[in-house]
Amino acid sequence: MIRINNFIIPLFSLIIFCLLWELLVWYNNWPNYKMASPSDLWPAFWKFKHLFLIYGWETFWRTVVGLILSVFVGLSLGILMGFSKTIRIGLYPILVGFNAIPKATVVPVIALIFVGMHNMNTIIIVILISFFPICVSISIGLSTLEREYEDILLSLGANKFEIFYKIALPKTLPEFFGALKVSTTLAFIGTNLMEIIEPHGKGLGHLFDSGKISADYPLMFAVLITLAVMGIFLYYIVVYLENIFAGWAIRK
Amino acid sequence: MHINIEKVSHQYETKQGMLPVLKDLSLSIKRKGFTAIVGPSGCGKSTITRLVSGLIKPTQGSIFISNKKITSPLSTVGMAFQNPVLLEWRNVIKNIILPLEIVSKNVTYNQKRSNALDLLKLVGLEEFENNLPSELSGGMKQRVSLCRSLVHSPEVLILDEPFAALDAFTKEDLWDVMHKLKKERDFTCILITHDLREAVYLADQVIVLSGRPASLQYDVKTNFNEEKKISDLYSSEVSQLLATLRNQIEIAQNKND
Repeated sequence: MIRINNFIIPLFSLIIFCLLWELLVWYNNWPNYKMASPSDLWPAFWKFKHLFLIYGWETFWRTVVGLILSVFVGLSLGILMGFSKTIRIGLYPILVGFNAIPKATVVPVIALIFVGMHNMNTIIIVILISFFPICVSISIGLSTLEREYEDILLSLGANKFEIFYKIALPKTLPEFFGALKVSTTLAFIGTNLMEIIEPHGKGLGHLFDSGKISADYPLMFAVLITLAVMGIFLYYIVVYLENIFAGWAIRK
Repeated sequence: MHINIEKVSHQYETKQGMLPVLKDLSLSIKRKGFTAIVGPSGCGKSTITRLVSGLIKPTQGSIFISNKKITSPLSTVGMAFQNPVLLEWRNVIKNIILPLEIVSKNVTYNQKRSNALDLLKLVGLEEFENNLPSELSGGMKQRVSLCRSLVHSPEVLILDEPFAALDAFTKEDLWDVMHKLKKERDFTCILITHDLREAVYLADQVIVLSGRPASLQYDVKTNFNEEKKISDLYSSEVSQLLATLRNQIEIAQNKND
């Protein structure tokens, strides 16, 4: 029953959302160049279905690869900052400052440094935009480990590494997955920033841009909806992994 | 394993300068003894546990276990705290074998498990082997924590107020569990507590520390009965002892002011 509810309730809310959207457009009598309605989207999808498949895949794999790499970057920095106070106070201002910079302004810089390497450019932007939440949550998780947890192993002569992988790391996993959920949605922003601002002729960002140039508003909306669906899909993959690795922390 | 604390002074560095917590503390705990340490809040009782376990070094003086000076953590020590600090992602049995994963790496899982199960039976939790800590009550968690502190057969057991957060009846149950463990397993025990009845009931020696910086103020043997029972706590002999200890604590608190 619970499993069915987990599927039915979100689906139901999605249908209500689309109906309200349709109603809003219909009631105001907006033309589709002002705001497309859900019923305009399907024809747009169908017309460009091959492009959606090809570009959707482009965007998807770049996002996933970028996200996986940002997990590595975020984890490594987070672990360093969690264990060494010197590194933590040394790196925080740089990381915070860096995160405060609008990533749209970094896009041309990256594009210039790695001219022509479209995949790499995009993945770098994804990493830059997604690693921060992971890094912060891991470093806070590790640096706030209660002393008793360390003491039970330290008093037996355990080394730092044993404390890390037997206690600190598993204990930080719930925070890590919380941050990974944030990073997952941020990652799509990263991919599309690159694809829209520095057009490579690839990815859903490019399709969105084409829609803009040809004033095909339903197409633009269809791209956005596709991105949303991919975001939801990836989010639930993270939830699935969380259930496997940190299921103990989830209240039943 | 007898423990000798010889002229130990210890101070911590704080923002307001050096904070002395122990001053010229000397005491000895006999082999297989059970010593309770009581004293006013913040007088440095927990510091003693960290010193004896080798987690920190005293600023001055030395601590000896079986005439061997402690300079670093020994794997022959077990610890339990007020907070049971169980690993939420491990079930009960895997929580208990944690120390064995550090000190007896070459032992098979089944051997570790059977060691842990022996203890789990002693504390009456054998049915909960596969439960997660979140499914246990506070008293049960503390029993698991006690099992974990004993699983590697330590020669010294250090208890830092392990029963302080429990309700009165659960507490008394755990006191009896502690008696049982002490009878079955051979270890020297140091108990830090605020509860004088607990100190008298569990320990054969009670030590009262003075206010900070703490030194030895009062040292008394509590062998009023071979086999202690809860009802003994209401005897006139024990009431007398408790009154003396209470008085000593008051003296210690005055010094603190």
